Amino acid sequence: MANGTLVFIEQRDGHIKKASLETLCQAKKLNNAGPVSAVIVGEKAKELAAQVQKYAPEKIYVLEGGEYSNYSTEAYTDALEKAIKTAEPKFVFAAHTAMAKDLIPRIAARFDAACISDVMEFQAENGCLNPVRPMYSGKCYGMYDIKSAVGFITIRPNVFAVDAPQEAHQAPVEELKAEAKTPRAKVTEIHKSEGQKLELGEASIIVSGGRGIKGPENWNILQELCDAMGGALGASRAVVDAGWIDHQFQVGQTGKTVSPQLYIACGISGAIQHLAGMSSSKIIVAINKDKDAPIFKYANYGVVGDMFEILPKVTAEVKKMKEGQ
Amino acid sequence: MKIAVCVKAVPDTEANIKVSGDQSNIDLNGIKFVTSPFDEFAIEEAIALKEKQGGETTVISLGGGECTDVLRDSLARGIDTAIHVNDPDLVNLDPLTAAKVLAKVIKEGGFDLVLCGQQGVGGDNSQLPSILAELLDMPQATLVVKLEIADGKFKAEREIEGAHEIVEGSLPAVISAQKGLNEPRYPSIKGVMAARKKTIDVKNLDALGLKGSVGQDTRRAVIKKMMMPPERAQGKMIEGDADTQAKTLISLLKTEARVL
Ligand SMILES: Cc1cc2nc3c(=O)[nH]c(=O)nc-3n(C[C@H](O)[C@H](O)[C@H](O)COP(=O)(O)OP(=O)(O)OC[C@H]3O[C@@H](n4cnc5c(N)ncnc54)[C@H](O)[C@@H]3O)c2cc1C
Ligand SMILES: Nc1ncnc2c1ncn2[C@@H]1O[C@H](COP(=O)(O)O)[C@@H](O)[C@H]1O
Repeated sequence: MANGTLVFIEQRDGHIKKASLETLCQAKKLNNAGPVSAVIVGEKAKELAAQVQKYAPEKIYVLEGGEYSNYSTEAYTDALEKAIKTAEPKFVFAAHTAMAKDLIPRIAARFDAACISDVMEFQAENGCLNPVRPMYSGKCYGMYDIKSAVGFITIRPNVFAVDAPQEAHQAPVEELKAEAKTPRAKVTEIHKSEGQKLELGEASIIVSGGRGIKGPENWNILQELCDAMGGALGASRAVVDAGWIDHQFQVGQTGKTVSPQLYIACGISGAIQHLAGMSSSKIIVAINKDKDAPIFKYANYGVVGDMFEILPKVTAEVKKMKEGQ
Repeated sequence: MKIAVCVKAVPDTEANIKVSGDQSNIDLNGIKFVTSPFDEFAIEEAIALKEKQGGETTVISLGGGECTDVLRDSLARGIDTAIHVNDPDLVNLDPLTAAKVLAKVIKEGGFDLVLCGQQGVGGDNSQLPSILAELLDMPQATLVVKLEIADGKFKAEREIEGAHEIVEGSLPAVISAQKGLNEPRYPSIKGVMAARKKTIDVKNLDALGLKGSVGQDTRRAVIKKMMMPPERAQGKMIEGDADTQAKTLISLLKTEARVL
């Protein structure tokens, strides 16, 4: 009988994704999710189990081997199939990342099961999880019903908190082996991007620039504020299309959807497609020289003025504050 | 090479979205439908591949009357043929059910390459390409920003967090397009004229031999209700000269908003 929740813990290069830990901790807080176990797939999955222990799953399944050294859709799907057949969960959770977008719908289809992506909230009642997700890029929300024996859910990064680690927790670790098959597609190379130190989706502070920055030579005034705050750099589509910055930085309907604690929009007008990607941020600050810019309607704090004048002063204030701490 | 492109008709990204009175869907009144922006990259890739290597391109769209213009637009850009799957039992589908129907169409067509957008804007599921690959038992690469096809193989560059991943595999395969893959062309006048003369092949569940086996009852993820997002509280405008604004902002972010 299906019972409990299995959380897929994503790792790359032996680093566990913070968003996976958020997912694990959130699953444990849901009354209707039952006992929560974790599954790690990777070349050195067993070693990583120790890090996951601290977030107190009931059990940890590991699938280890050279075939998992890079992400592989087919090998990882087979690995999860094995884990799901063993654990027989009612729900499978994963963080909504590039890997999950590729993997989770595929494994869900193998189980002829519901897949609900990018969930931001649960309104659980009467035995139903009632996951809620943004649709139309956040212009409205949908609450879902799961009509299959097992339901797959991916959770938006940065929305839920990671709990304090419990150093003493020791859940049993079970090693599983999936049937060896030769995947028809595999990752042959990985090119790390230059520039961005912190991934947009995972950053809790984002400083974004739009056409107001005037040219690619001016990113440094935003980068300095980013560095001072420990945030990540974002951008509007206008500046991506102008070739001033790479698409991976784009926030919005055809870029990334982000939900940081703090989003600072500098020289961004607030077009509906940009708002779509960031309107679920906890606090929005807008800095724009046009007092009628639409972005101010969405901002918790609005600053009318020239960003070239204001930003360096804001950066200086942040530095002063950090030094005082 | 036979290339299929799955395109979805979606509300224009400019559209003002409101939830319908019974909370079952969005209010479709006055909504203009367009090709999902990511699908434009898939369409362009198909046409460019055909121009380079020859072959045959087909667009497939599942949905109601809103698909017609979208399919015509694909034809006008240079796609050879169009299939429209339309059936009263195929409304408000989950991606799994939609994929089951599209998989049948693709199987019948015997395609070597299936191109999709990485996300249908609006539903924002980002699911259908991976589901399709599973149902068709094909390898896949999603979120692709660069694609090479040669000798029955593909080499795709995927956008992942902080890196690009090169995936190599065999055809037939399912590929989903991310922004950056190419620069979509607009239809030419000549293309628009030519597209008018083409017929769109309309199929229902009966024609696909799926009547009764796929539909409303085979949905696994069903929307219970739709809601508008909570209103954002009225914000504060920070007045004063630039020095005061900077000081006030940081102090409010620290003590009032508590995000620093
Ligand atoms: C299908 C589709 C998808 C789209 N997807 C996205 C998306 O994902 N993300 C996205 O961002 N957009 C998207 N767009 C584009 C969107 O409609 C806007 O064109 C874009 O967001 C505008 O970018 P911007 O705010 O940087 O530029 P603008 O609208 O030109 O605004 C620039 C702002 O900078 C201000 N400014 C100028 N100088 C200064 C200064 N010195 N100090 C302070 N302020 C200054 C101006 O007052 C102005 O408000 C999409 C559009 C379409 C049709
Ligand atoms: N109804 C549909 N008809 C044709 N293709 C679709 C349909 N729905 C989704 N797709 C394809 O699947 C991609 C991803 O959609 P989604 O999983 O809905 O976000 C889209 O960009 C299309 O290429």
